[in-house]
Amino acid sequence: MAKYVLKRILLMILTFFVIVTICFMLIRLLPRELPMEENLREVMLARFEALGYNEPLLVQFGIYLKNIFTNWDFGTSWYVQFRADAWDVLMDRLWPTVLVNFYSFLVSVPLGLALGIYAAVRKNKWQDHLISTLVMVFVSVPSYVYGFLVQYFLYFKAGLFPLTVSSLADAGGSWFTWTMFYSMIPPIIALSFGQIAGLCRFTRAELTETLTSDYMLLARTKGLTRSQATTRHALKNAMVPILPMIISTFISILAGSMVIEQIFAIPGVGQLYIRSINLLDYDVFMMDTVFYVFVGLLAGIVVDISYGFIDPRIRMGKKK
Amino acid sequence: MKNTTEFTHIPKDMFEFVNHGERISDKKFEDKPIGYFKDAWIRFCKNKASIVAAVIILCILAFAFIAPLAITTHNATFMDTYYSRKPPRNELLSNIGIADGGTNRDFSEQGIIKAVAVGMGAEDREGSGTVTLEEGMASEYQPILNIMGSRQVSEIRGVPPRTIYSARIENYLEVGFLYFSIPQSQYYDILEWQEETGLQVLYPLIANNEYTMDSADANYWYKLDSRGNPVRTTADGDTETIEYAEGMVLEDNYLRDENGDPVYYQYTGGGTHETAQFRVRVLYYNYYQYRNGFEPYYLMGTDSQGYDLTLRLADGIKLSVLLAICVSAINLVIGAIYGAIEGYYGGAVDMVLERIVDILANVPFVVVATLFQMHLATRVGAIPSLLFAFVLTGWISTAARTRTQFYRFKGQEYVLAARTLGARDRRIIWKHIFPNSLGTIITASALVIPGVINTESMLSYLGIVKLNTASVTSLGNLLASASNIWTSYPHLMLFPAIIISLLMICFNLFGNGLRDAFNPSLRGVEE
Repeated sequence: MAKYVLKRILLMILTFFVIVTICFMLIRLLPRELPMEENLREVMLARFEALGYNEPLLVQFGIYLKNIFTNWDFGTSWYVQFRADAWDVLMDRLWPTVLVNFYSFLVSVPLGLALGIYAAVRKNKWQDHLISTLVMVFVSVPSYVYGFLVQYFLYFKAGLFPLTVSSLADAGGSWFTWTMFYSMIPPIIALSFGQIAGLCRFTRAELTETLTSDYMLLARTKGLTRSQATTRHALKNAMVPILPMIISTFISILAGSMVIEQIFAIPGVGQLYIRSINLLDYDVFMMDTVFYVFVGLLAGIVVDISYGFIDPRIRMGKKK
Repeated sequence: MKNTTEFTHIPKDMFEFVNHGERISDKKFEDKPIGYFKDAWIRFCKNKASIVAAVIILCILAFAFIAPLAITTHNATFMDTYYSRKPPRNELLSNIGIADGGTNRDFSEQGIIKAVAVGMGAEDREGSGTVTLEEGMASEYQPILNIMGSRQVSEIRGVPPRTIYSARIENYLEVGFLYFSIPQSQYYDILEWQEETGLQVLYPLIANNEYTMDSADANYWYKLDSRGNPVRTTADGDTETIEYAEGMVLEDNYLRDENGDPVYYQYTGGGTHETAQFRVRVLYYNYYQYRNGFEPYYLMGTDSQGYDLTLRLADGIKLSVLLAICVSAINLVIGAIYGAIEGYYGGAVDMVLERIVDILANVPFVVVATLFQMHLATRVGAIPSLLFAFVLTGWISTAARTRTQFYRFKGQEYVLAARTLGARDRRIIWKHIFPNSLGTIITASALVIPGVINTESMLSYLGIVKLNTASVTSLGNLLASASNIWTSYPHLMLFPAIIISLLMICFNLFGNGLRDAFNPSLRGVEE
């Protein structure tokens, strides 16, 4: 097991390195945007020269790696936040993203599981048909449509919630105040629709499969009631693929949803990405890219390893 | 249960042999054998949801192709900036109260007077200034369709109590009068056209004096005081405010010549008969008809730039679906070849190819799309670079499926038999194994389509892909351009959102139907 984990981590680092290299090259090849003002332009050009932005690509990459390993310096933001460290710029925006997604995670996992289990237990009854139809609709409809619907009904019609998430200053300087949470409710709702539907569909599919398996018949034959057999046998087995999915969702909290952040003006990682592209702030763009790649790889590897821990029958890395 | 009991004791003599003493072992089957694809087709047809979904998809596509043909008056590149963001307006549907170009709004007293004054001014062709409110309301150019009621608002923070009118207003007629600068030749052309059609385009100009509040707004043809209230001059030279009430007559502020006749044009410059510029005041609704030869009827309204939303939507659907189908087809080819090679040869080849897949699969798609846009959009255009981005990573899931199928089938006896007979690798792959895995691969490709539509709309919505030009638009772009203003103009968001949601749901249902149909393990499961 340990050997397998180690092997996976090494492979992940290798993949990560290759992707970062490719992205770095492609981003540095882009023409740099300079400010119109003469003095600032000169200053920027001098800074770029000093930072080695005019060296050959491979040398630039060497400098980039060296700065990361020696100073944890991922470059500098020139337009999003003038001369701020790219790493700090990203970290500043991590909290809102994580919070909104975490709240939505807290809502959607229990609901998604409960609905999925209910639909599976009532398979082919009207409850199941209702849930399955709704799930189909909610899985398919794009997330910005939820965003608009939530804004329309909760803000324009009912007037219950603010249009966008409060700024840090409005909410008393902290991400954890009540005002902040209250203004985050609409994006949480908008995010949860899709997540609940996705989890519900997955749970239903897995549970219906385990409910029809032979060990369920055995469990019933030896005298367990239907609910006993379902909770003790079917649910446990169905959880084997469901749990890793939940774990991967949990890690993806870090990456967040660009669309929802854009609609509700959440100053998060996704919005930073869009801003860095629009302002052509390449160091921040690179930082965000590195972050996304890392989160994606991490989610993948944790899911793979978690299979081994959750289900003792799965022996990782062994040849048949 | 009843049936079985009835048939429990059937007398023996009721039975007879189907074929007595006849050899049937060498006979051919009387009905045709059902192959894999026929079987899948039969099961697909049983899935009602998928059939409905397929029909809806066909309807949407039919709309996309028929709408440009059905709208004969203008094409997708026709735009009119004065009639931008206008709600749906249709000749037939307005008779039953929908798509009449109207929206419900609240008006202050000044606001409602300004709106009804458009109709009153339009009736006043000679500039006589004697049109009453009732005559104005009956005018076909009256923007106020009906006044639902009024309510009193009490005093808030120093603002005196006032009346708020809620009314339904026709957004096209609301544009009312506009000042234009036209060449002299066009002026006479319009006069001729007025004679022919009986529709009045040119209306008297407005004087610029102490009763003018906004000299650029051609709708203030009546006298106003400095606070914007309509006034009339009394005999002693003073002014009194006109209240909004029955029988209201507004006092006109037309520019008049020395004889007291209203002036219809002003010479503003230019030399010859052709080029002399005239400043005129036109009723835009009629001017539009003069310019274009048809009345402004837009089934879904107009978009933020003034294009016909119906035609934009048709273009958007065509582009989105076409892009999705292209991506899906290209992915099918690349994925099938790649997966087949991986799966068939296995071992070291598989190992190396899998690592490449690993790297490609882990680059976030949004980054790929962004980089492609930044590097290629200026060189090859936004759509091809978006297509490249989709193709770069899109084939991976198809390849993975094909690979699994090949691992499953390559050890089977028929493959061994083919090899023993001397078939080459290529033949075994494409003639023997591939057809068996075709069902799964086609299903995977079908499910790519909704994904591409969704991702494309998301990328255009976020502004990463910019497809919006006069000739090209996508569903996501329509949504993106509506995103900041949709609260005031809901139709801009409503129609694209409905279409895209329907497309997504239907393609998903359709794909799921295909998947179930091609999955032999589900045979007999469904009731």
